[in-house]
Amino acid sequence: MSAIGLYVAGTGPLHRVSAGPKLLGLLVVGVALVAAADPWVSLGALVASLLAYPLVGLHPRRALGVLRALWPFLLAIGAFQALFGAWEEGLRLCAQLASLVLLANAVTLTTRVREMLDLFERLARPLRHVGVNPDRVALVLALTVRSIPMVASAWRAAREGYRARGLSGRPHLLVVPVIVQLLRMADATGEALVARGIDEDTRVRVD
Amino acid sequence: MLRLAGVSHAYDGRTVLRDVTLDLAEHRIGVIGANGSGKSTLARTLNGLVLPDTGRVSLGEWDTRRHAKQVRRRVGFVFSDAANQIIMPTVAEDVEIGLRSLRLGREETARRVDEVLERYGLSDHRDHPGHLLSGGQKQLLALASVLVTGPEILVCDEPTTLLDLRNTRMVHRTLAGLDQRVVLFTHDLDLLPDFDRVLVMAEGRVAFDGAPDDAVSFYTKLMDQADGA
Repeated sequence: MSAIGLYVAGTGPLHRVSAGPKLLGLLVVGVALVAAADPWVSLGALVASLLAYPLVGLHPRRALGVLRALWPFLLAIGAFQALFGAWEEGLRLCAQLASLVLLANAVTLTTRVREMLDLFERLARPLRHVGVNPDRVALVLALTVRSIPMVASAWRAAREGYRARGLSGRPHLLVVPVIVQLLRMADATGEALVARGIDEDTRVRVD
Repeated sequence: MLRLAGVSHAYDGRTVLRDVTLDLAEHRIGVIGANGSGKSTLARTLNGLVLPDTGRVSLGEWDTRRHAKQVRRRVGFVFSDAANQIIMPTVAEDVEIGLRSLRLGREETARRVDEVLERYGLSDHRDHPGHLLSGGQKQLLALASVLVTGPEILVCDEPTTLLDLRNTRMVHRTLAGLDQRVVLFTHDLDLLPDFDRVLVMAEGRVAFDGAPDDAVSFYTKLMDQADGA
């Protein structure tokens, strides 16, 4: 299972708020944190984000899962800033990043993809005038979310095959089989979209 | 009625369908044949996923080349690997997305989704990620996602290939209970006895067309000959 969550059924306060206000809130917090540019404010936001999980009915292990996935990046950013800048700057950036990813994850966990699609479809509607198809924008976003576990499963399958042959180390050797698998999956998904009449404008295969 | 008239198709110079002419009107039609016999390509021509190089595939007044959208709305398609057919993150959303193009409105859409999830025993999984379901449940989800749009005909390309015996039986029971006409492409000969008609494909042609028992014995002899050659 990916560390990046998908919708979790629930009745907490965030579940009851629709997608628009939640994303707007996320935007406001993001802008405020960047504008404040203060390490202690960012650290406070991180603590608040962690505490928010149980308060909105999400298990704290979901927050810890996000931090577990993020820590290599946080370590790299923090170390770089400590070495070449100021440690306060490293602390600020790490706390900002972690708190915003935690909040974004909380939004994902409490919002059905269908609601997100409706919202993005509405937001993209004015772009019709410049040739953008809002349905397609929404579909691309849905497929992006769907592709996260697909990438994870392709990686897992390639790694198992590699180990089953008694090989170890050199993880770069997995890149090609993973890409090949993903291309096959993408082809099959495209075929399924056409077969289900979801993307009606898509051309059929003539090969 | 689905009609194929003089359908031929080749991939990279290799002919996989040769002048196939068929009327598919029966309620349950099975199609069997060895790997590479042209089954999957034939299945894909039926709802316009593959357009034949020559010939015509039509459903009533619509043909797949000029009226692909109309044909696809009436001819649903289920793939052998249901995982590839799951597009949306959760079960209910995956069933729902097929209805988007029908513009039914929120209430009717929700009603249809609830109904189909209930019918196929997926209600308890409605908010679960589709890719985490068992193999059999994934195939049921694939069926539900197609059937919710109300197709007249269901084309299934080896839907039980990746399933164990229990899940194969579950899918078989589901297909047997459908009101829709079914064209089942399969390697599983046990699924066929109650079918109305079975075709045997060989080298891109329909080598046999008749009752299930006769078709299975023809196919078995064909395989025996191939083994002896």
